[in-house]
Amino acid sequence: MSPENNVPSPEAAARSLCALYKQYGYRHFRMSKFEEYDFYARNKSFLVSGNIITFTEPGGRLMALKPDVTLSIVKNARYAPGVSQKVYYNEKVYRAENGGEFREINQTGLECVGDLGFYDIAEVVTLAAKSLDLVSADRILDLSHMGFIGGLLAHIGAPEAVNAALLTAIAEKNAPYIELICAENGISEENKNRLTALAGLYLPLRDALDALDSLSVSAETDAAVAQLRGLLAVLEQSGLEKNVNVDFSIVNDMNYYNGVIFRGYINGIPQGVLAGGSYDSLLAKMDRRGRAIGFAVYLDLLEQLRAPADRRDADALILYDDGTPVSQIVEKRDALIAEGRRVRVQRGSDGGVNAAGTVDLRGKGGAADA
Amino acid sequence: MLNVALPKGRLGEKVYAMFEKAGKECPSIRETNRKLIFESEENGVRYFWVKPSDVAIYVERGAADIGVAGKDILLEYNPDIYELLDLDIGKCRMCVAGKKDFYDDRERVLRVATKFPHIAREYYAQQSREIDIIKLNGSIEIAPILGLSDVIVDIVETGTTLLENDLQPLETIFPISARLISNKVSFKFKHGEIEELRARLGEICRK
Repeated sequence: MSPENNVPSPEAAARSLCALYKQYGYRHFRMSKFEEYDFYARNKSFLVSGNIITFTEPGGRLMALKPDVTLSIVKNARYAPGVSQKVYYNEKVYRAENGGEFREINQTGLECVGDLGFYDIAEVVTLAAKSLDLVSADRILDLSHMGFIGGLLAHIGAPEAVNAALLTAIAEKNAPYIELICAENGISEENKNRLTALAGLYLPLRDALDALDSLSVSAETDAAVAQLRGLLAVLEQSGLEKNVNVDFSIVNDMNYYNGVIFRGYINGIPQGVLAGGSYDSLLAKMDRRGRAIGFAVYLDLLEQLRAPADRRDADALILYDDGTPVSQIVEKRDALIAEGRRVRVQRGSDGGVNAAGTVDLRGKGGAADA
Repeated sequence: MLNVALPKGRLGEKVYAMFEKAGKECPSIRETNRKLIFESEENGVRYFWVKPSDVAIYVERGAADIGVAGKDILLEYNPDIYELLDLDIGKCRMCVAGKKDFYDDRERVLRVATKFPHIAREYYAQQSREIDIIKLNGSIEIAPILGLSDVIVDIVETGTTLLENDLQPLETIFPISARLISNKVSFKFKHGEIEELRARLGEICRK
């Protein structure tokens, strides 16, 4: 990895992203830090991590520190024909990922829920690309489509456990594993070739469409390709199609995600900084009508690329002892601050303070080299 | 510049020989010294020697763009990486082994000594078998002999070490070989370089 980008701080990036989402008519959504644990327990596999911090509130209810934002937004969305809710958020969530420790994670993102049309889907993908552009010009947005993957697996017709293994192999771009699964489960040569081609596919969106046409097997996969083609047209109209690729190794839980899904990457950060997609199936599972799409940007990751901080604690260090008149310290301190310097005052020795210069007012006081 | 994490030891040397054939030569790596990082600007490659079980961590965290790790390590730690190629070297198998007179008493909790607790847990969970995992870091073979465990879950290459300790393989869990792995984000930003190398290594494997 080559960490040579000059990226904004997480705080500055959050401000720019929120301003961008406001421009597109998204409303700020603020939420409580807590939800009832039961709410997450019912939808545990939708969460990035099942590890949640819980506590019992005085009334006896088991509560959770919010590990996710999307579920809270979807819970509050009401369906009406012709109505959609467009909200953005800038929240902290709490979870332990990959079996690690619990962490507070800053998450900024948006959700679009309700009676959505293709435009709304394209708008969210457009905003995902624009969000990455606000962070760094050296970015990649990769698209996948659960409708295509689901359609191909339905066409192959293997049992659910085999499909789960195939999804893992596709997510790893692991051709030998796909071949092994196909051999063990009597999947035809033709379908094996389709699966390995799908897993290995990594092409710019425009070039990928022809390849996908040749891999399409049903009306469902045709519809997925048509949607990706529509997205290309919208991205091109906005001049955002550069570094937008198709990569089916992006796989989400098919119980929740059904349409286009995507991840965003910044050169030099070894994990994805943006993740999102269409999750109409989550709404259906929650007995809600309508469609939904959204994404989150993980701004804490930007810290990995920031230029090294100023290694000095102060520009000037004023040292004093019990014999130094306080008025003398104040006078010197204020004079240095007036010159625009950062001043640290310390009794006794420098104590490990890293300053560009020292003003020593100890003893008779006076010898200044700042 | 492609950063490559190689597993220290015999396997790593075989892997480097393959990379060399694939056009990623770095002559300084053959010098006898204690250096761990070697670079060939001409061939656009930087190699690191790391502990075999750490290769996947270097790759997952992006300190290395690609690396070579055994399938055993990948299944044990389940890193979020791409597994791009089976290099068909370092072949062995993950086995359950026990004393030659081992009797599987299914009424008792099976005591399993292993360096691979995750693999052992998964394997026996599929059989709905209750086990007691004893995590060891080496000399696993002596655990059944001293009565510390009933069986071991470990890598078996030729079976000689087992035989010499009066043990025998009881079941094969899965075959193992060395895999070319890639950091997911490096794969995207260095796609051309990584795909070209994978194709060349694939040809070398087929020969």
